[in-house]
Amino acid sequence: MKNLYLIAYLDLKESIRAKWFLVYSLVFGGLIALFFIAGVTESQVMGFSGLSRLLLMYIQITIVILPIFILITTVRSISGDRDNHILEYMLSFPISLRQYYWGKIIGRFITVYLPVLFAMIIAIIFGFIKGAAIPWSIFFLYTGLLFSLSSAFLGIAFFISSFVKSSEVALGISFFVWIFLLAFIDIALISLMMQQRINEELIIFIAMINPMELFRVAAISLFDPELTVMGPVAFYILDLMSQSVFVLVSIGYPLLLGLAFAYGGFKIFEKKDLV
Amino acid sequence: MITISNLTKKFGEHISLDSVSCEFNKNDSIALMGANGAGKTTLIRAILGYYHPDSGRVLVDGFCPIKERVKVLQNVSFVPQLPPPIKLNIQELMQYVCMSTDIDKELIEHYSNEMKLDIKGNLYKSFFKLSGGMKQKLLISISLAKKSSIIIYDEPTANLDPKARDDFYRLLQENEDEKILLFVTHRVEEVQGLVNRQIYMDMGKVVADERL
Repeated sequence: MKNLYLIAYLDLKESIRAKWFLVYSLVFGGLIALFFIAGVTESQVMGFSGLSRLLLMYIQITIVILPIFILITTVRSISGDRDNHILEYMLSFPISLRQYYWGKIIGRFITVYLPVLFAMIIAIIFGFIKGAAIPWSIFFLYTGLLFSLSSAFLGIAFFISSFVKSSEVALGISFFVWIFLLAFIDIALISLMMQQRINEELIIFIAMINPMELFRVAAISLFDPELTVMGPVAFYILDLMSQSVFVLVSIGYPLLLGLAFAYGGFKIFEKKDLV
Repeated sequence: MITISNLTKKFGEHISLDSVSCEFNKNDSIALMGANGAGKTTLIRAILGYYHPDSGRVLVDGFCPIKERVKVLQNVSFVPQLPPPIKLNIQELMQYVCMSTDIDKELIEHYSNEMKLDIKGNLYKSFFKLSGGMKQKLLISISLAKKSSIIIYDEPTANLDPKARDDFYRLLQENEDEKILLFVTHRVEEVQGLVNRQIYMDMGKVVADERL
């Protein structure tokens, strides 16, 4: 176990020193600062105001940028080390592949999750200072949702990283995955399926197995438990499960998806040539 | 002891190792030579357990380096041809090495001093920001401090000045422990005093194996 923690600790230290981590933290911290400066907490849209409104806006932006940030910064984790022969040297020490791989994942998870969490904590502290009501239920839901979304994309990133030969290819695949999940399923595929008069339940099922889509729906489910802003889609979702079960699924499913991808990546890492 | 039996490794259509068989025993100091692409690096990477062979096998002290990598690598020191751009600082790299392998930190410092590398003054410098020679000296110091029974050097002196090369060879000669010393080199005259066996590889095969 000591080697697992050693790898996680050193990866964390290395990441924190990296320029990308500074940019990453500034983006999320800066978003919160920008919202306060722009007076988002004083505005009201669709009944959402104060810190709830700020957190809703934060989560809407996070859903777009967090996955790509995680993908591009993590996907080179193993493929980059393989590319520039770091893996060749570091793995010449008696560390098992399991400890190396999962240690890297733990270290990288802490690196990508803490800035987004801290940004929300900063928002809560500032909101409290300004005398706004603290929406704890939303804060805890978002903490869970961000945790599971980070896990999903970290798992996908490590999966890609385990089989690609060069970091350029890894980056290319990451962009494709991001665009595919963000836009293609939402706009192109679903529009096409509706045009072809494919069963609505199938369309919704396809949309809901997309962790980004699930995250998006779950994010508004606390403000709007009936999901009325989503129109008829809400009928299918809430007919299938209660709102609380839906929230649990939206946290549990991406988490399991991330673990499954990470495990798949580990199996490939173990079976493939290391350098 | 390292036993390599009918080892074949292909990369696509290219055969990098073609049914290679050889044995390295205690007190063997081997110069592994051959033109670029002869299969030298592939062979040492197979010994280190990095490659899954297409056929044949490698056993290090009776263990498969892929399945029992922790056991095997406990007794192996390796210095690559080019120091990798590790972003950890020296202190962190030493922490990694010492914790994973139970090496005494003082021993690394001792060999660094012998190699004329000021380790204490550069402790918080990123490894990749060191000069080529400093990096190589540190990797050599780590390899010596590990006190392994198998030491593999892939062109270790490429970045070293003549004085540092002398220090390196002197330290190797001083180390009288029973071991297998495997040098991948193009300059056999440099290691002549150290090796007692020369192996030539070409097109993925061992074409000559001479005892000196």
